[in-house]
Amino acid sequence: MTDLSTIKNDALQRVEETRDAVRLEAVRVEYLGKQGSISSLMKTLGKMTPEQRQTEAPKIQELRANVADAIAARKAELEEAELEQRLASETLDLTLPAPRPPEGSVHPVSQVMDELAEIFADLGFSVATGPEIEDDWHNFTALNMAETHPARAMHDTFYFPQKSANETLDNAPNARMLLRTHTSPVQIRALKERGAPIRIIAPGRVYRSDSDATHTPMFHQVEGLVIDRDIHLGHLKWTLETFLKAFFERDDIVLRLRPSYFPFTEPSVEVDVGWQDVDGRRVLGGNGDAPGHGWMELLGSGMVNARVIAFAGLDPDEWQGFAFGVGVDRLAMLKYGMDDLRAFFDGDQRWLDHYGFSPFDQPTLSAGVGAPA
Amino acid sequence: MKFSLEWLKYFLETDASVADIAAALNRIGHEVEGIEDPAQTLAGFRVAEVLTAGPHPDADKLQVLTVDTGDGDPLQVVCGAPNARAGMKGVLGLPGAVVPANGMELRKSAIRGVESNGMMCSVRELELGEEHDGIIELPGEAIVGTSFADYSQASPVIDVAITPNRPDCMGVYGIARDLAAAGIGTFKPIDVPAIAGEGPCPVEIRVDDAQGCPAFFGRVVRGVSNGASPDWMQRRLKAAGQRPISAIVDITNYLMLAFGRPAHAYDLAKLNGPVVARRAQDGETIEALNEKTYTLDETMTVIADDNGVHDIAGIMGGEHSGVTESTTDVLLEIAYFDPERVGVTGRKLGLASDARTRFERGVDPEFLDQGLAILTELILRICGGTASEVVRAGEPPVEPEAIAFDPGLTLRLGGIEVAEGEQRRILEALDFRVGSDWQVDCPPRRHDIEGAADLVEEVVRIHGLDRVESVALPRAEGVAQPTATPLQQRERKLRRAAAARGLNEAITWSFLPAAQAEHFGEGAELWALDNPISEDMKVMRPSLIPGLLSAAGRNADRGADGSRLFEIGRRYFCGKDGASDEKPTLGIVLAGEKSARSWASGKAATFDAFDAKSEAVALLEAAGAPVANLMVMDGAGDQFHPGQSATLRLGPKNVLARFGALHPRTLKAFDVDGPVVAVEIFLDAIPEKKKGGSFARPAYAPPALQAITRDFAFLVPADLAANDLVKAVRGADKKAIVDARVFDVFAGQGVPEGKKSVAVEVVLQPGEKSFTDEEIKAISDRIIASAGKQGAELRG
Repeated sequence: MTDLSTIKNDALQRVEETRDAVRLEAVRVEYLGKQGSISSLMKTLGKMTPEQRQTEAPKIQELRANVADAIAARKAELEEAELEQRLASETLDLTLPAPRPPEGSVHPVSQVMDELAEIFADLGFSVATGPEIEDDWHNFTALNMAETHPARAMHDTFYFPQKSANETLDNAPNARMLLRTHTSPVQIRALKERGAPIRIIAPGRVYRSDSDATHTPMFHQVEGLVIDRDIHLGHLKWTLETFLKAFFERDDIVLRLRPSYFPFTEPSVEVDVGWQDVDGRRVLGGNGDAPGHGWMELLGSGMVNARVIAFAGLDPDEWQGFAFGVGVDRLAMLKYGMDDLRAFFDGDQRWLDHYGFSPFDQPTLSAGVGAPA
Repeated sequence: MKFSLEWLKYFLETDASVADIAAALNRIGHEVEGIEDPAQTLAGFRVAEVLTAGPHPDADKLQVLTVDTGDGDPLQVVCGAPNARAGMKGVLGLPGAVVPANGMELRKSAIRGVESNGMMCSVRELELGEEHDGIIELPGEAIVGTSFADYSQASPVIDVAITPNRPDCMGVYGIARDLAAAGIGTFKPIDVPAIAGEGPCPVEIRVDDAQGCPAFFGRVVRGVSNGASPDWMQRRLKAAGQRPISAIVDITNYLMLAFGRPAHAYDLAKLNGPVVARRAQDGETIEALNEKTYTLDETMTVIADDNGVHDIAGIMGGEHSGVTESTTDVLLEIAYFDPERVGVTGRKLGLASDARTRFERGVDPEFLDQGLAILTELILRICGGTASEVVRAGEPPVEPEAIAFDPGLTLRLGGIEVAEGEQRRILEALDFRVGSDWQVDCPPRRHDIEGAADLVEEVVRIHGLDRVESVALPRAEGVAQPTATPLQQRERKLRRAAAARGLNEAITWSFLPAAQAEHFGEGAELWALDNPISEDMKVMRPSLIPGLLSAAGRNADRGADGSRLFEIGRRYFCGKDGASDEKPTLGIVLAGEKSARSWASGKAATFDAFDAKSEAVALLEAAGAPVANLMVMDGAGDQFHPGQSATLRLGPKNVLARFGALHPRTLKAFDVDGPVVAVEIFLDAIPEKKKGGSFARPAYAPPALQAITRDFAFLVPADLAANDLVKAVRGADKKAIVDARVFDVFAGQGVPEGKKSVAVEVVLQPGEKSFTDEEIKAISDRIIASAGKQGAELRG
């Protein structure tokens, strides 16, 4: 009978020398398999006397346990080494670019319109719309610009041809169709539809036959209108201040109100806003009269002319209020730093990528309506 | 309009600075567009005397001068002017001075090796005129060392924008009155000279068109000499941007710029017979003073004699009867022309003039006699001669306007408390007469005053609009209520959904070239502009695709790999009764590379019709359309590839969207390389969700038992729409089958001619109990039977 310690030493050495899992399994079968040498030793126990068994059994069992442990340990080692090797072969160059889904964007004009809707909703204004192809009556006459009014010359109007020969200027002066030159006709439509009191803004496309570095034949305006019983110029000033402070997210917005003339308001007010030079860029805020500061014309406004209120079907002795109009593209440029209006309408992929907004920059009052650069 | 401070001070006693006056003008509604202050622009230029002049050692055309500047040693100056010579006086620009004509700062320098300490200036360099043949020569009595601004008595010039409602301020006199009311000095009303004249006017004056010309006053002045106007007048005219022409022309211009009152002078020798204000005859022509000939029609008022038309009433005189240097006898005309008529005529003729600007806004109907007297006095004083008596035809329409004013309205409308005494003072300073009962009589020149609100504006404007305090708008209680309409909500959601899907929002012109509009208009009646800015912006778009496609083309031309553009805007059609039918629409154009070539995926990929379908369906879902019920039908339009485009409909009539690859002909017309795919979603066709819907969703609990899947491979006719097969499969057991989707389509080898293989994965959801084998078998049999009705047979 082979000495147990020899078997043990042989077995442990064989296990130690094994280099892969397959051979290790062969070694295991050789010793611990059904026909294995250690298994055979176990079988000899049955033929022994109880006394012999008492002394031999623990030795053989210890041998079996030692060898099994060694195999298990070796197996773990081999598996570990194999995994290491596989992982080493799977190394990726992670400096390579990862695929990215295309990034979409929201146009600055839309973004600003959403911001305006949010700010004014908080002040109780709803958003109203009207047709862009308007009739002469809504665009001019109802806004106190009769056919021969000289102020019409200030609007470079796009006209459509008369529909029929007998529909001349003389018998249907109000029916001539045109592209609205401002969002003000929405005032008339909204008042006729909803009556007073009313608080609306009306953003949208407007058109003037004008094209140069700072003018495009199509651009965007937002109209504001408040009609109630006791609304006066002080409310107009507060509303504009509040809106601009919220829009530019600055408390130091200072307005300068100047008398002006618009046929549809009386009194009429031109509004300048103070700016300061910050790194060569005009940034709104601060008093325009301070050294190094200035004023820029921002918007036109005023108390709605009594004639306009009457044209809209309301009693001007009962109702009064204010209206204002401001360029949306201009607001966008002042806030977000674009300097070329023409680029707004070109659809240049590079410009859209640079100046567009993430869809998740949804303006909210709680997070601030603006989208930081 | 522009005017010099010196002229303003002729009508306004004031010590205020230019800056204070400009600030006041802005405050009271006359926006200052610019101030030219010669003391600044001419700083560093002074009267100097040339003491010696000698040749430059190294340049034939240059001289080296020594110049006395009035202080210190004479300076050496290099000069290229041929008229520079010893003993003459001229204008020297010292180092540091900026040449007005070119903005160049003068510096001490060496010119061809000779030191030069300044520049002797020409008329053009100082922007005093066009002459540039030599340096300015000043008279001998000019005092050396005087600053040239002082010497030339140049006065600061203020440029103001007068709003169209204030023709009374289109003259310096009216501006002075406004400024005085605002506390800038004291208004100096003019003394109108009384000139009776000698003998009756020898020319008959008549009004035959009282509507167009309610009043026509005139007189003759004989024996004038029409030389140059005096310096003081020329200075004022030049400051106002008016070129001096001859004394009589200058005097009429002076009257217009001082008092906002255009007038006209005819050369009496050129007139024949009575001078009549009448309607023009159709086709009559006149060569106007701008040397252009205008053809008139019978709606226009003219001044004519027996020979023909001499003046387009209120707009421009005629060349033929205009005064010249040899004129000795003149007929002066001062008339009141109907503002509307002047405006309509001017627009028809496309003729703008200073006179038209004033007449069409309305001149002072009370200022005819005074204006004529002032005009006559100036002519007699400057040109000599003898005036006739005045002859008057017609009467100016002086319409007294009285307003019952409530001073409390200033607070109610203007939001500012102004003491009644101050309100009265302001109105009276502006020439309103205020009765003790606040009955306010308006000066007839103020055509803009129509009601009490206008008086509030006058009070607030002069008192100080910037003194109005902010007052918060009353707020509704609680948090703001939602105000967006369903369409607005839909557009906002769609916009961000599209951007989240990787599309870039563009905004393109609402107008298109006619050919593009017609190509996409499909015969619909479209809006074409009468006066487009260019032929490329002529017709209002019937589709959003052309604008986006052009933008994609521009991007490709700039080297962009691809464009994924979308736009939410309107399409414009002719509606009922001549109104506009504007349809809210989402357009998408996908062009160029869908994905760039890459180390991971290999070659670049292009877009196909399924990319378009994917956007269409996803965005329709975002817009709230019931996408499960959509039918894919053809009819996307001629602009699309006939075999790779479709419409998505809710019922056979209601087209919610069209999508697909664009037709190669479309791409060729737009000069864009394909393939390009496009989508249009018609937002107004999507049914609105029911109003007042609850936030709560239908009850739902995830089923306890797991769904199982079974695959079916069918052989179907090659032209069977996959969706028809899927519908058949799903219809086999509407309860158990919760989904069926095509996962393989194959034709070619192993598939018989005229057939294709379509494989469908069917998802079966058990209810309370798991399916038994028998149940699954039964469902499978029903699926095969149902598909069989579409000509499908299960593949072996």
